[in-house]
Amino acid sequence: MPDIVVSVKHVSKNFRLPQERTGTVKAGFTRMLHHRNKRIETQHAVKDVSFEVSKGEFFGIVGRNGSGKSTLLKMLAGIYQPTQGSVSVKGKLVPFIELGVGFNPELTGRQNVYLNGAMLGFSEKEIDGQYSDIVNFAELEEFMDQKLKNYSSGMQVRLAFSMAVRAKADVLLIDEVLAVGDADFQRKCFEYFKKLKKEKITVIFVTHDMSAVREYCDRAMLIENNKLALLGDTDKVAQAYTKLFNVIENNKGSTDSESSRWGDGAVVVSSVESSVSDESIKLKVAIQANKDFSGLVIGVRVRSSTGKEVTGTNTKKEKVQIPEITKGEKKLITISMPNIFSDGKYSIDIALQHADGITVSDWWDDATMLDIKKKRRLPYDIDPGFIIEVS
Amino acid sequence: MKRSAERLRGRYRYSIILLKQLVKTDFRIRYQNSVLGYFWSLLRPLFLFLVLYVVFVVILKTGGDVPHFGVYLLLGIVLWNFFIEVTSGSVASIVGKGDLMRKISFPRYVIVLAVSVSALINFSLNMLVVVFFMWLGHAEPNHNAFLFPLIVSELFIFSLSIAFILSAMYVRFRDINYIWEVIVQVGFYATPILYAFSFISDKSTVLAKLIMINPVAQIIQGARYGLVTDKTTTIGDVFGTNYSVFIPLGIVIAVLLFSVVYFKKCSPYFAEEV
Repeated sequence: MPDIVVSVKHVSKNFRLPQERTGTVKAGFTRMLHHRNKRIETQHAVKDVSFEVSKGEFFGIVGRNGSGKSTLLKMLAGIYQPTQGSVSVKGKLVPFIELGVGFNPELTGRQNVYLNGAMLGFSEKEIDGQYSDIVNFAELEEFMDQKLKNYSSGMQVRLAFSMAVRAKADVLLIDEVLAVGDADFQRKCFEYFKKLKKEKITVIFVTHDMSAVREYCDRAMLIENNKLALLGDTDKVAQAYTKLFNVIENNKGSTDSESSRWGDGAVVVSSVESSVSDESIKLKVAIQANKDFSGLVIGVRVRSSTGKEVTGTNTKKEKVQIPEITKGEKKLITISMPNIFSDGKYSIDIALQHADGITVSDWWDDATMLDIKKKRRLPYDIDPGFIIEVS
Repeated sequence: MKRSAERLRGRYRYSIILLKQLVKTDFRIRYQNSVLGYFWSLLRPLFLFLVLYVVFVVILKTGGDVPHFGVYLLLGIVLWNFFIEVTSGSVASIVGKGDLMRKISFPRYVIVLAVSVSALINFSLNMLVVVFFMWLGHAEPNHNAFLFPLIVSELFIFSLSIAFILSAMYVRFRDINYIWEVIVQVGFYATPILYAFSFISDKSTVLAKLIMINPVAQIIQGARYGLVTDKTTTIGDVFGTNYSVFIPLGIVIAVLLFSVVYFKKCSPYFAEEV
């Protein structure tokens, strides 16, 4: 029987809608007088969610924006009170809803270290003991006596992260901290996660990054429409999340095509077909001109399931000339590339542009979908087929 | 039992650490970009005294037959200012920390406590100036001066209790700010700060009693009695018995109890309501 450290039982959270809030005493009186006529509207941010997290587990929470995962996290952190149900946490819990909580731009870096340290529960003495480590790790030795407002955002994040990794907790809540920072910073984050895993610290991790879920989480949970949709194996949860995303995009394509497609319509894409083999990917783009046109530029872009742009090019960059086409003429363009993508779904955007490279004739987001199946799974979008030799 | 006691200590440890940093931050921000910095905490009451002395002692002569009226005034003003700094300073304090509250869970009362501790430090500096003028003006402190720490504690508890109520109410009713401003204006003149109490007691004993029930009035007169001159009219003089001090004391305790209950009831919802 594993040791349960976080236990969430039938938790619901309702918010009163902002318009209904009593902002002033006068409004309060009016409300009292008209009490019967007024319907208080509530927003159900979280509905009846239950789960448990065991000691040492790395637990992922995924879901689309507005699905209620942040509200859930805030209830775990004790910031919001559940309307119904109960949340119980054993031991000390430190939330990272944001890095650098309490940072004051008017204070120096040094003063902010002590301030943020206090937020994380460190006394001045405890910070004194690790001050040089914090500064070294953030690589900000020369800047500590400058005001925080003069720091670049990257420097601020580095300082905040350097503080965060020092937090001593039985349970850590991490909310999309990975969304900020450059590649170098993300690498540091992942290293920190590995360290947490090694030290068997219980982590609850909210993210949109499915590869991170697959790589680090032991179990995961999908929140959809403010309810618990799936709980368990990370692969299944990640797949369900990706699927959710694709279904919605497909729906958008069929019912609401205007929003993801625009342009002056001089030349339009009539169809896009894709064929995927283990070695290569072929896209067949059929176009039709609505008037005589010369200097057409065709662009293609590949996006991962999370919307990240993976790669792309256009005929201008590839130095391919498209001959003049006359009104009503059809053409078929074939775009091939080696299949170096990782397992997963990718969407293809196609753009037809005028010779200036600015005016759009037909821009079609999610023109088609690539379903790549690979035997192995890398937590990155590209799997170019590494060759590692030892000599 | 032992475990819960340990947890309690753990919780207060966090509160104390936070309190210290919030107060420090407050002072650092307050005197930022000012050349004289912390000295202003001393200079302000110093200049205040000069103005009071010229206006009320030299020109208006509102002191009646009260000796050492300059210091008498200054002590009253310093106590009143402490009361205002804690209460008015706290009204928006919870709302002002809304951003912080939405990101981390910490005991909310620390925010209000930080404001009052800052004010207390300021008050202590002000008292240095008061003591300086007491010495300069040959004030006549008597053995009742030993009650001064108790009187200050009473004022601190009363101000803090009101601060808890105001700051929690302000989260839902933003009018509180303006309502409190009006109350402060009325309170300033309804409290014997700028005038000798004989102005009131000569005219109406009922009014005198009403005014003296106000804990701040009782506190200010009590402090003046011990530190400046025993010619000060205290609550005991007005009611004819020293036991009457339990009326304002009772009010303070009632407000304290109410504030604790009210703040505890409201504070879990601050994060979502601000």
